[in-house]
Amino acid sequence: MLHIKCPHCGIRSQNEFSYGGDATVKRPELNKEVTDQEWDNFVYNRVSPRGKHLELWQHLSGCRQWIKVERDTATHEIFKTYKANEEVA
Amino acid sequence: MAQGYRIETGGLINRNKKISFKFNGVTYFGYEGDTLASALLANGVHLVGRSFKYHRPRGFFGAGVDEPYAVVQLYRNGETEPNIKATEQELFEGLEASSVNCWPSVNFDIGAINNVLKIFLPAGFYYKTFMWPKSFWYKIYEPFIRKAAGLGVASTKHDKERYEHKYEYCDLLIAGSGPSGLASAYSAAKNGAKVILAEDKPRYGGSLLTSDVNIGNQLGKDWADGIISELKEMPNVTLKNRSQVFGYYDHNMLVMSEKVSDHLPKTKKYHPNKRLWYIRAKEVLISSGSIERPIVFGNNDTPGVMLSSAAKEYLKVYGVLVGKKPLVFTNNDSGYETAIEFKKHGVDPIVLDSRLNPQSEIIDEAKNLGINIKNSYVVVAAQGYKKVKSADVATISEDKKTLGKIENIICDCICVSGFWTPTIHLASQSGNKTKFNEEIDAFVPGASKQNESTLGAANGVFTLEETLKTSFEKGKELSKKITEKDNEVSIPNVVEKKYSKHDKFWCVPLPKGKSYKRFLDFQNDVAVSDVEIALREGYRSIEHVKRYTTLGMATDQGKTSNLNGLQLVSEIENKVVPSVGHTTFRPPYTPISIGAIVGREVGKHSKPTRKSPIHNWHEEHNAVFVDAGVWLRPRYYKRGNETLFEASKREAKNVRTNVGVCDVTTLGKIDVKGPDAAEFLNRVYTNAWLKLPVGKARYGVMLREDGIVMDDGTTTRISENHYHMTTTTAQAANVLSHLEYYLQLVWPELNVNVVSTTEQWAGAAIAGPKSRDLLKKLFPKTDVSNEGLPFMGYVEGDLFGVKARIFRISFSGELAYEVNVESDNGRFMWERIIEFGEEFQIQPYGTEALSTLRIEMGHVAGSELDGRTIPYDNALEGLLSKKKDFIGKRSLQRAAFVADDRQRIVGVVPLDKKTSIPEGSHLVKDANAPLPNKKLGHISASCWSVEYDNPFSLAILKDGKNMIGEKLFVMSPLKNKVIPVEIVSSHYVDPKGERVRS
Ligand SMILES: [Zn+2]
Repeated sequence: MLHIKCPHCGIRSQNEFSYGGDATVKRPELNKEVTDQEWDNFVYNRVSPRGKHLELWQHLSGCRQWIKVERDTATHEIFKTYKANEEVA
Repeated sequence: MAQGYRIETGGLINRNKKISFKFNGVTYFGYEGDTLASALLANGVHLVGRSFKYHRPRGFFGAGVDEPYAVVQLYRNGETEPNIKATEQELFEGLEASSVNCWPSVNFDIGAINNVLKIFLPAGFYYKTFMWPKSFWYKIYEPFIRKAAGLGVASTKHDKERYEHKYEYCDLLIAGSGPSGLASAYSAAKNGAKVILAEDKPRYGGSLLTSDVNIGNQLGKDWADGIISELKEMPNVTLKNRSQVFGYYDHNMLVMSEKVSDHLPKTKKYHPNKRLWYIRAKEVLISSGSIERPIVFGNNDTPGVMLSSAAKEYLKVYGVLVGKKPLVFTNNDSGYETAIEFKKHGVDPIVLDSRLNPQSEIIDEAKNLGINIKNSYVVVAAQGYKKVKSADVATISEDKKTLGKIENIICDCICVSGFWTPTIHLASQSGNKTKFNEEIDAFVPGASKQNESTLGAANGVFTLEETLKTSFEKGKELSKKITEKDNEVSIPNVVEKKYSKHDKFWCVPLPKGKSYKRFLDFQNDVAVSDVEIALREGYRSIEHVKRYTTLGMATDQGKTSNLNGLQLVSEIENKVVPSVGHTTFRPPYTPISIGAIVGREVGKHSKPTRKSPIHNWHEEHNAVFVDAGVWLRPRYYKRGNETLFEASKREAKNVRTNVGVCDVTTLGKIDVKGPDAAEFLNRVYTNAWLKLPVGKARYGVMLREDGIVMDDGTTTRISENHYHMTTTTAQAANVLSHLEYYLQLVWPELNVNVVSTTEQWAGAAIAGPKSRDLLKKLFPKTDVSNEGLPFMGYVEGDLFGVKARIFRISFSGELAYEVNVESDNGRFMWERIIEFGEEFQIQPYGTEALSTLRIEMGHVAGSELDGRTIPYDNALEGLLSKKKDFIGKRSLQRAAFVADDRQRIVGVVPLDKKTSIPEGSHLVKDANAPLPNKKLGHISASCWSVEYDNPFSLAILKDGKNMIGEKLFVMSPLKNKVIPVEIVSSHYVDPKGERVRS
């Protein structure tokens, strides 16, 4: 079980969080024309890297904030966590 | 019965307390402090089971967790548990156990025919034989294998024992209480660290319980006892015996199983049977010691052949002789310790040492005691079927390839020592890449992966002096990092015997003309010849060899077999062991009860039970409840001998003719507040929200980004910047997360807050043609006329002094209202509704009637919004705004979603107007078409229409729009039903929706 440092609450166990997928995906702006390919990339297409991955987690049973977690998908090492609105270094 | 193999004095058992127990129906006696194994051995019982594949007789091989043979079925306090190691099970008064893997009895076992036929059961036998014909699998092979295999029988009864889970944090978790565990725990504890010291056995001390050493001028065991009593007094130390740390997981989380009650005849009141600890440790010290390796020789699985360390433990801890004519077969000095122990108790052992001329202190001691030692000698084969009767022995050449003339020595047990294998499971589970140590012919942990260090024998350090020194130092070093204290602990002086080098010898060659089975894996019956076959057939990777032969795949995870298996593969392949590599160690280290893993989460505790504030009233009025997600909801209110069908029909009918009331507290409720709330709703829902006036409700549908309907519900504008959103009971939590996602990540510029208010409000739906008349009585000061409170209107009202929210919304399709009050007033509200509703023939209705009402109205719910349908499929395309963008809108352009023959909701009526249609059935064109019959759609929900008094269903049907009036068939192979049906509109009752507006 992972130990995740919520930037709002501190270190908590994984079972307080829920996983939210790739944090680098950006939703196309509202009312903007997008091609099928662009839309598919947003909704469906994901890379599944072995190694560093920036991902979203929600501190569901805590502060309910969505946070960004930089994690190694192979070793589960967590390098850094960010608030939702924080720039990722 | 006398205990013929118990010595007069000695051991750590309590001879003042005699305990009676039963094994295979026979009553025996033992002492408090015995294990089932030591007590049986004291009584001369060596035959405890049959092996897995060949059903060969099985005795005891070890004295602890490494035991591959003595697996029994345990009976305790009316419960039974399979897969119990007799070497670990402590004796208690009234214990009963029986052998497994044998039928009809351990002495006469029909499965032993496999032993005679063993030529037919070589490696890969199951893979090769049970392949074809396919039909044989279910009828012949599987039943046969199921009957033949197994390590006991799980109880089918409800387990009345209780199991607990505990979460703990500590600075240092130390696994194992041998010399290294005690030393590191002591120095860390003295340095102020929070320490948990776990020992899987009942007694602390590990190897110090059986070894002849001196620490700080006292016996090793006395030193251990002193440390333990000091640790027990320290508030920063948790000492746990009978506790196995069995898994090392990510981020330094370890799981430990504590056997709280297994050693007692009965679990104490308020105590659990077992407790599973989830421990998050800053640092982990692995002092799990080592396990003796066997030497492989012919018939080495015969009862009476056992590890030499086990024989010593039975003698020193339990005062039990495993034999009276022992033969010790060793390739190192450890065997001599066992031999000396025998000799001290008046039993003459013979030592066979594979080495040519070994010299050491301990060998000298054995010689001085007059022990018969034969150098360059090996055991070729054990003789005897159910018990060792003698051993064929021979000299062996220095290259270990050639045997001399076979001689026979009478003996009743063979104690084997093939040197020591560090127990590295925990280190390996942590991700540590282990490395092969040539010095000891075994793997040891490599560089630490997580915050773990391995000490003592587990790290391949076999001298006590070095073990204590490194462990004291490590305990201090790690605790200093955490507590920043620097308390010095002096390291005691150590007196121990120096060992000479062990012989790199692990397998006795077969003598000419003999084909003895030489077993590697004792639990899965894997012999040298099986591994040879696997290699001959082309299996190379050790992981493949393991799976093909099942070597190391039994419940003991190859604790005594893995290394010898690797030696064999490396020898045949002409490789060195490290390049062969070992198989992966996976948790759990030893079998863990399913009960312990499940913990308290059984039955009603498997999920929280949420009850509405009106629950007690429902109970008092004969409600029959149903689980709706985590909620308990009344399904129907039983009158007399009514069935579910009769009651729900009565309740639904009463809504259509008079008025009914339904507890809708469970509906998800979310407060949406802020100046941008309208804009936010406009993006979340598919329809337009910017112009909804205060005091009005609107029905909305929200999609996922992939265009699939996520949820529906009504949202009401309570005031300028405050909306009250409702969700379905099931989706409430998901919808809140969904809203938070968009507010926090996608549109953080919107000034909106959302919060769940589900539990803050109690809700009652009042539905039926007389509902307005009732409302007038409940709210005499509020204008609830059709003009004052029109359909989709909202007002606040005063319910006899209680503030209430009145929504004119309808799920039943009737004229209906929903009244909300603060939860604490829920029952007050409900009782007033019932009281004033009496004159209008009010009846409460449950979820079954609620479903009936919505189905015949064609209102969609969870069974249609099942995560696979888009708005069009549910006839909700009218709610899709063309003017604005919303979540998921772009996906609705996908080709499949706009296809002409897209699936769509329809109504289904059986032609005979009588036959009920099972939910989940398929719709087909031709009932007699060859299989697989093409499915056109499925029945999503079924009811008995109270309006028309015949069955009615909703279905999602391909090209549903153009299918109205068609005749199809409903097929339910599960219920063996074929029903001719007509497709009708999904709006079966009041298709124009006039009633809700009346
Ligand atoms: Zn948090």
